[in-house]
Amino acid sequence: MPDSRSAILRQIRTALGRGPLSDSAAAVDAYRQAHGLPPRAAVARPLAGLPWPAGFAHHPGPAGKDEQMSVTPCLAGIAEIGSLMLASGPDSPTTLNFVPDHHLIVLPAGHIVRHFEDAWTLLRALPGGLPRATNIISGPSRTGDVELTIQLGAHGPRSVHVLLVEDGPAAGG
Amino acid sequence: MDVSSPRFKQKAVIALANPTLRQALGQSRKGFVNKRAELVAALPEFEALRDQARDVKNHVLENLDHYLERFDSAVTAAGGHVHWARDAEEARNIILGICERVQARTITKGKSMVSEEVNLNAALEARGYTVVETDLGEYIIQLAKEPPSHIIAPAIHKTKEQVSDLFEAAHGGPRKTTVADLVTEARLVLRDKYFKADVGITGGNYLVAETGSSIIVTNEGNGDLTQTLAKVHIVTSGIERIVPTLEDVSLFLRILARSATGQETETYTTLSTGPRRPGDVDGPEEFHVVLVDNGRSKMLGGKFQDMLRCIRCGACMNHCPVYGAVGGHAYGWVYPGPMGSVLTPLFVGLDATYDLPNACTLNGRCQSVCPVRIPLPELLRELRHQQHQRGISPPVQRRALGVWRFVAERPGLYQFANRLAARALKSLGGRDGRLRHLPFAGGWTALRDLPAPEGKTFLELWHARKA
Repeated sequence: MPDSRSAILRQIRTALGRGPLSDSAAAVDAYRQAHGLPPRAAVARPLAGLPWPAGFAHHPGPAGKDEQMSVTPCLAGIAEIGSLMLASGPDSPTTLNFVPDHHLIVLPAGHIVRHFEDAWTLLRALPGGLPRATNIISGPSRTGDVELTIQLGAHGPRSVHVLLVEDGPAAGG
Repeated sequence: MDVSSPRFKQKAVIALANPTLRQALGQSRKGFVNKRAELVAALPEFEALRDQARDVKNHVLENLDHYLERFDSAVTAAGGHVHWARDAEEARNIILGICERVQARTITKGKSMVSEEVNLNAALEARGYTVVETDLGEYIIQLAKEPPSHIIAPAIHKTKEQVSDLFEAAHGGPRKTTVADLVTEARLVLRDKYFKADVGITGGNYLVAETGSSIIVTNEGNGDLTQTLAKVHIVTSGIERIVPTLEDVSLFLRILARSATGQETETYTTLSTGPRRPGDVDGPEEFHVVLVDNGRSKMLGGKFQDMLRCIRCGACMNHCPVYGAVGGHAYGWVYPGPMGSVLTPLFVGLDATYDLPNACTLNGRCQSVCPVRIPLPELLRELRHQQHQRGISPPVQRRALGVWRFVAERPGLYQFANRLAARALKSLGGRDGRLRHLPFAGGWTALRDLPAPEGKTFLELWHARKA
């Protein structure tokens, strides 16, 4: 029965921590509360239509100096070393990736590719060709410049959080 | 930057007597070496990747004109500008020209060894611009008014206490004493600068001929904030840093971080392709790439062409016992360690850099870890050869080599002299077989004894065994 099928699949996905794209708004808000952040974020335009909770203010960017949280889609997840590839554009300002302390990236499971080479193929296939900025991000900003002690949040985000979803905004951004 | 390489020996002696420096160098280098070894062991195809990387670089160098022209066209097609600089002065003038035209005041900088090479900061500051290094290590040494001592960890010679002193003096108190607090303080200070900057200057790890993209690889994200928030982004890069396609980029990304810092990847790899586009709400309005020759094209087709494969990872210096003992500043110019001992004589001249190719034990560790398989010991030997041919080496050494050559070309005389020397040294060594003083070897015996020979030469022992 279709209902059982979707119920079972939903149960599996919940157990695996993967929900539909629409769940990510609530997940972002839960993250925000857990980290004691105000109900406000720079949210890239392709995600603006998610069911954001009442009172959650969001704007499409760019991110200003005091921006604390951003939520963006990504073009691909690269499995080889666990990286996310983000392409700049009117709907995905680059400042969202570097200025806020907390960067939440929505990654649809279908966007995960194996290697850099697969990611280049996606990049070349973008309608405008290569974007102005292609950011391959593999975690929070870090430095080892003082006595080689690793310290997170050198200049960019102190925390990078990936929301793995079942479906998602079309490739781009 | 001034060249203090002629004072290598004095600076090395001072460095050796500096316990703080030795402690800083010892700890950090061990970290790099061990982490690299772990990652290389975990990637069985690493040696094959090194072969491929060497081959791609060789291919690019054999076709450098073609790829540079392709890169130029691709950058222009993306709305950017390419400037060609024959030497340091042209590079500085191009950048000064851009800064003047856009009426810049504050200039932020990501890490760029080429900008050190062309002495850019001094030229910008002389014109009254405020120049802010944003890589934490570069920021620290900018406050200390020192050159980098390592190409990827420029402040590797500084301890936490020294950084605390520098920050307290520059930012005002209260004094920060933990690494976390120091990093946070720098983050806050630099954040303002990014947003204020008119021009952002970065280096370029790779220039992609296919797409006209320049690529930076960083852990801090400072390069990205530098180039995203300034009105104008200027990339400074050597002409040899070009790769043909994005596929080649993946190859180099797989070896760079592993070789450099012992990471699988650095945190940020960013491709910049042209300036801000219609509809974009951030990003630089202008995108410039300054391609710097500064002696590189002269290395093509010659004995030092292999050196142009260098991807500036620093693995050679991390594994060099001489660098590990004296640190980067003793080398006296921009590039230290084995790669610097090859590049500095080629860039600033053999005369002022006599000690550099000689400050090497030819142990070969640098070559064994170089991700693009540059035969560094061979190149250093070739530099020594050229020093000898051009009469730059000391007269005593030249006369001694003349004598040695005369003897070595006469096998009978050579064996006789060897027998004589072996017996004489044995008897000088006395009962415990140690030499405490020896003519021409004072540098060795001042600090330790020299084991005396056993009394018979290798050939004598060989013949005795065969008989």
